Amino acid sequence: MSTPAPLPTADPSAWSMARALVGVGLVCGLLIVFVYEATRPTIERARAEALRRAVFEVLPGAASSQSFEPDENGRYIPAGANSSSEEIVHAGYDTDGRLVGLALDAAGMGYQDVIRLLYGYATEAEAIIGVQVLESRETPGLGDRVESDPGFQANFERLDVSLAADGQTILHPIEVVKPGEKQHPWQIDGLTGATITSNAIGSILRVSTLARLPAIHARLGDFEPKDSEPGDSEPGDSGKEVAP
Amino acid sequence: MNADEFWKGLWRENPIFVQVLGMCPALAVSNTARNALAMGLATLFVLVASNAVVALLRDFVPKQVRIATFILIIATFVTVVDYTIQAVSLELHRALGAFISLIVVNCLILGRAEAFASRNGIGRSILDGAGMGLGFTLALFCLGAVREILGSGSLFGVALFHAEFQPWVIMLLPSGGFFTLAAWLMLFSRWRAPDA
Repeated sequence: MSTPAPLPTADPSAWSMARALVGVGLVCGLLIVFVYEATRPTIERARAEALRRAVFEVLPGAASSQSFEPDENGRYIPAGANSSSEEIVHAGYDTDGRLVGLALDAAGMGYQDVIRLLYGYATEAEAIIGVQVLESRETPGLGDRVESDPGFQANFERLDVSLAADGQTILHPIEVVKPGEKQHPWQIDGLTGATITSNAIGSILRVSTLARLPAIHARLGDFEPKDSEPGDSEPGDSGKEVAP
Repeated sequence: MNADEFWKGLWRENPIFVQVLGMCPALAVSNTARNALAMGLATLFVLVASNAVVALLRDFVPKQVRIATFILIIATFVTVVDYTIQAVSLELHRALGAFISLIVVNCLILGRAEAFASRNGIGRSILDGAGMGLGFTLALFCLGAVREILGSGSLFGVALFHAEFQPWVIMLLPSGGFFTLAAWLMLFSRWRAPDA
């Protein structure tokens, strides 16, 4: 190792210390703001693209989609391009413009950190028909298998979330059972080696469906296509997206 | 002489295998070769950039405020890396998770700023940062490759064994990180001093 030169030992003035800290702080601050502003459009585009792909993944059969957000009266209206409402709902339509289902955002604690996912809700079948993990930091090789294991993914081909007769709650809230013990359509077969993560996915879905589906189901009319056929729309036309 | 500033970080003073610095990312982000490589390269960039700026400002920054200034400089470059990785690949950013931000407190970076860059010229400091950064990347890759091959049966996501291969799941867990590090440390010590 080379012999280091000694640090300067003279007592610095208060001015030189303040000048160094403020000067470096100012330049660093400007650099961070510059990089943030320069990368923001790319990052936002990539996030929107990932979300768009996920919407079509969780709503098989959808050819176009449109995002909605609730107004102050609880009525769902088309969401603006920059809307970041947590209650946003993405409606998917088939080529004939019929509503296929709704994609909803949900989040909750996993094994290591918050898991964010998107699930597809088939409005007629009253079932979850697809789940995509948007954000997760689960253990590679273990927890992250909830995204890739075909057996676990098969739970979400038609996971029953039918509403009770009064429409106020879910008849059979989603529950996670031990691997291979699934007997009812509202149960999720757990995943060996990823117990905590698969339980977390079940719990996130249960909490989200209980909290959101009754209210959304009561306003299904808001998502029906009104002015034009959504299947005919172009990307970016009044917020509608077509399948990739 | 200058070439030695570069080469010492790769072998004689390797940050992981000799100085045993930066253990948090070395153990936490070395579960796959890809994560290890990405983390190593992100650290390499921050190390070179912060060493260069610290060396450039060494006569301007009084030693009483040097730690605060170094941290500010390092944190700035980490933020730059964070946004850049997000812009390049959201998937990679997802995989590296919170560990990108933790590069700020990687003792290797502050250590090189304090022990080398604040006392040497910009050229030598850049060489030192590049050598140490590459040595760190190499060591992380050694850990990540072993853990991924044994823990998942693959390297860079490409399967290496028959379907019957039962992955050693423990290699992906924190304890697997310690086992692999211990094995590499033993091998490295043996290479460096065969008679020790």
